[in-house]
Amino acid sequence: MANTVRLAGIRIVTTEERKRLLKDLLEKKKSGGLKTKDRLAIPPQPMPEQDPAARRGNVHEVARGYTPEQARLEAMRCLQCKNTPCIEGCPVRIRIRDFVGAIAEGNYAEALRIIKENSLLPAVCGRVCPQEVQCQEKCTVGLSLKDVSKAVSIGRLERFVADRASEVCGEGILPLRDEGAPPSQPSAARRQDAGETQGRDGLATGTVPEVAPPTGMKVAIIGSGPGGIVAAADTRRAGHEVTVFEAFHKPGGVMVYGIPEFRLPKAIVQKEIETLTKMGVRIVTNFIVGRTRTIEQLMKEDGYDAVYIGVGAGLPSFMDIEGESLVGVYSANEYLTRANLMKAYEFGAGADTPIARSRRVAVVGGGNVAMDSARTAVRLGAEKVYLIYRRTEQEMPARVEEVHHAKQEGVEFHLLQSPKRIIGDDKGLVTAVECLRYELGEPDASGRRRPVAIPGSEFQIEVDTVIIAIGNLANPLIRQTTPGLEFNKWGNIVVDENCRTSMEGVYAGGDIVLGAATVILAMGQGRIAAAAINDYLAKKNEGRSR
Amino acid sequence: MSHRILSKRQLGEDVFWAEVEAPLVASARKPGQFIILCIDSSCSERIPLTIAGANRDRGTIELIWQRVGKTTAQLADLKEGDEIGNIAGPLGTPTHIERFGTVVCVGGGIGNAPLLPIAIALKQAGNRVVSILGARDKSRLILEDSFAKVSDELIVCTDDGSYARKALVTEPLKEVCQRDPSPAHAFIIGPALMMKFCCEVTRQFAVPTDVSLNTIMVDGTGMCGGCRVEVGGKAKFVCVDGPEFDGHKVNFDLMIRRLNAYKTLEQQAYERYKQHRCKIGLHE
Repeated sequence: MANTVRLAGIRIVTTEERKRLLKDLLEKKKSGGLKTKDRLAIPPQPMPEQDPAARRGNVHEVARGYTPEQARLEAMRCLQCKNTPCIEGCPVRIRIRDFVGAIAEGNYAEALRIIKENSLLPAVCGRVCPQEVQCQEKCTVGLSLKDVSKAVSIGRLERFVADRASEVCGEGILPLRDEGAPPSQPSAARRQDAGETQGRDGLATGTVPEVAPPTGMKVAIIGSGPGGIVAAADTRRAGHEVTVFEAFHKPGGVMVYGIPEFRLPKAIVQKEIETLTKMGVRIVTNFIVGRTRTIEQLMKEDGYDAVYIGVGAGLPSFMDIEGESLVGVYSANEYLTRANLMKAYEFGAGADTPIARSRRVAVVGGGNVAMDSARTAVRLGAEKVYLIYRRTEQEMPARVEEVHHAKQEGVEFHLLQSPKRIIGDDKGLVTAVECLRYELGEPDASGRRRPVAIPGSEFQIEVDTVIIAIGNLANPLIRQTTPGLEFNKWGNIVVDENCRTSMEGVYAGGDIVLGAATVILAMGQGRIAAAAINDYLAKKNEGRSR
Repeated sequence: MSHRILSKRQLGEDVFWAEVEAPLVASARKPGQFIILCIDSSCSERIPLTIAGANRDRGTIELIWQRVGKTTAQLADLKEGDEIGNIAGPLGTPTHIERFGTVVCVGGGIGNAPLLPIAIALKQAGNRVVSILGARDKSRLILEDSFAKVSDELIVCTDDGSYARKALVTEPLKEVCQRDPSPAHAFIIGPALMMKFCCEVTRQFAVPTDVSLNTIMVDGTGMCGGCRVEVGGKAKFVCVDGPEFDGHKVNFDLMIRRLNAYKTLEQQAYERYKQHRCKIGLHE
């Protein structure tokens, strides 16, 4: 117990101190094991970050990732609960306890292997999943310390192993096992000797997953976002001939046009796409299913046996208020696409994408997309960026980390306010946004307290740009061009638990099914759909050969 | 998939025509639809261009464009055999074609290009086609011969009188509308200001009018909403709800403002490109 006392309350700041603590803990573990008390006494490891003032002026990733010492210390905070509440919180049910345990042991290859059993894109999900309302919300450590922000940082650990694996393959220098790690299982050691970092789930590591012998079946994946990538990889592995169709000139979907570089470096997404290509997946860009070819044409004329629709939401909501067509009013989709996909931040230095040169920006909304827009505006040089949200910070759907980063970067939060109209000058340029103040009333259908406008509370904020980030509706293109496909009243595709639609051989997932979802949910559905497609095609193949 | 330029020529002052390989677009496209184009992989400008024609057997589409900015200038500098990196389409809702009776087709400047396939389809549907073509001057008048073939009556005018009748297209349009019976339908495509004034004419005579709008776009599939215009007081997306709308309901003033949103930046990009092409020795 002496050790526990010594460790508790000590602020660990330097790498040396961390190394010392790690060494102490490893010794203690060897000599008798770590008790719950010891584990709870390990300080939560903060994420190393770029300085807020510096990052206002660049688009580089804000969070830089754990060092091995940090990762192992953080992993040692895990109590290895028997009932694994964290897994209950994970949409794709990653064996969290086991991978965290492997990191604590210093066996990162094993950790990655475990994650890959259920998730294909750990480098992405470790960065963009809303962990604090998923796995980390249920974490016993957070509950014991009565603070969800003190739960084991599962997402950061996931990112750590994924990044580490990709560096291994890129440079071949970083060990996937750390000092003090127990001897690997024979299979893992063999893989390492062979220069591979893991098994057939090789995405994100640069290794190419095994592909089964050709089945002669063709699968079309519509949309190259997270769901499409997973569905493509899983169906390709079964030996089908897979083509991914993407409407934009560059694959990656929301991970490329939407989520900014400073939160998800595009090189990571690029690597996932390259792995698909290496597996033999064909990627066709500038192809708009519904317009270039319809789903019916793909199946009847082009010989596709199954189709996965993962086109995303893709129709920005506006507020239907006066002044929304003024010059300087953007949907978040447009603003982020110009900035990310088309690199408007490099205007004049390699890019010619125009974007408003804003001085004062109002962003409307409280989700991740709103935070991304506000922080992008900061990086594009705006002096003032206001985030206008009609509820309070508690109800914000954005990840806690994004809210925190936005504030650090100087985004001013205007809570319990909502625009009533946007005001322009005689040239049609935005000059101000007029808002109403709100208060919270009774809970609504979503369980959140309903914001109620306070009559007569109008006031104006002087801005030259307004970015609307209040969500998306379903894009009607597939509906208009695919008779026979069933949709609900919101225009989302109706599917069963296997992501099967009303049309034979056609499966769907992600935002076009769920409305607004997350990368991890889209990925989960891509995986479910791929399994169903593989089953369906196996049966179809049997029928053929009979 | 890249898109080779099979043939290319200059139609007039700053106006170019090219036949480009795009087999999928060629087989799917219908009158009124457009493509989004970006020349190279940097893709910092995605511009919408009308499909002026298509040849399914050859797997080609025809593009006509006016040199106004960086991408259109870059496109004009490409030669036969060169390739365009990205063409996405066909996009937009096709023109509603039916047998109206007598229709009047009014084209202004580069607007003649998208108008031609519509005029052809209207003729094929059994309409009597009256075409009115206008341009700033003789050097900018395009597709006169093609319209002569498809039209039952063709009226040509230039703003400065350097060719044919000296008039703005609104003048002959008014005369055609005054006839008894007045045309059953009007199709007007050209610069925003020209469409605005033409719509004021047809409104007086209660001639139902379709206009085709060419706003700023990014994706062309409904995802960004940058192309939105006000039609009948409601926001509509040109890329998916259009590009054709009831001309009598379009808020042209707002549309013109939005078209000019990036004028300064576009000019800067164009100037940079001009300097660049001087350096690499590209000359007219």
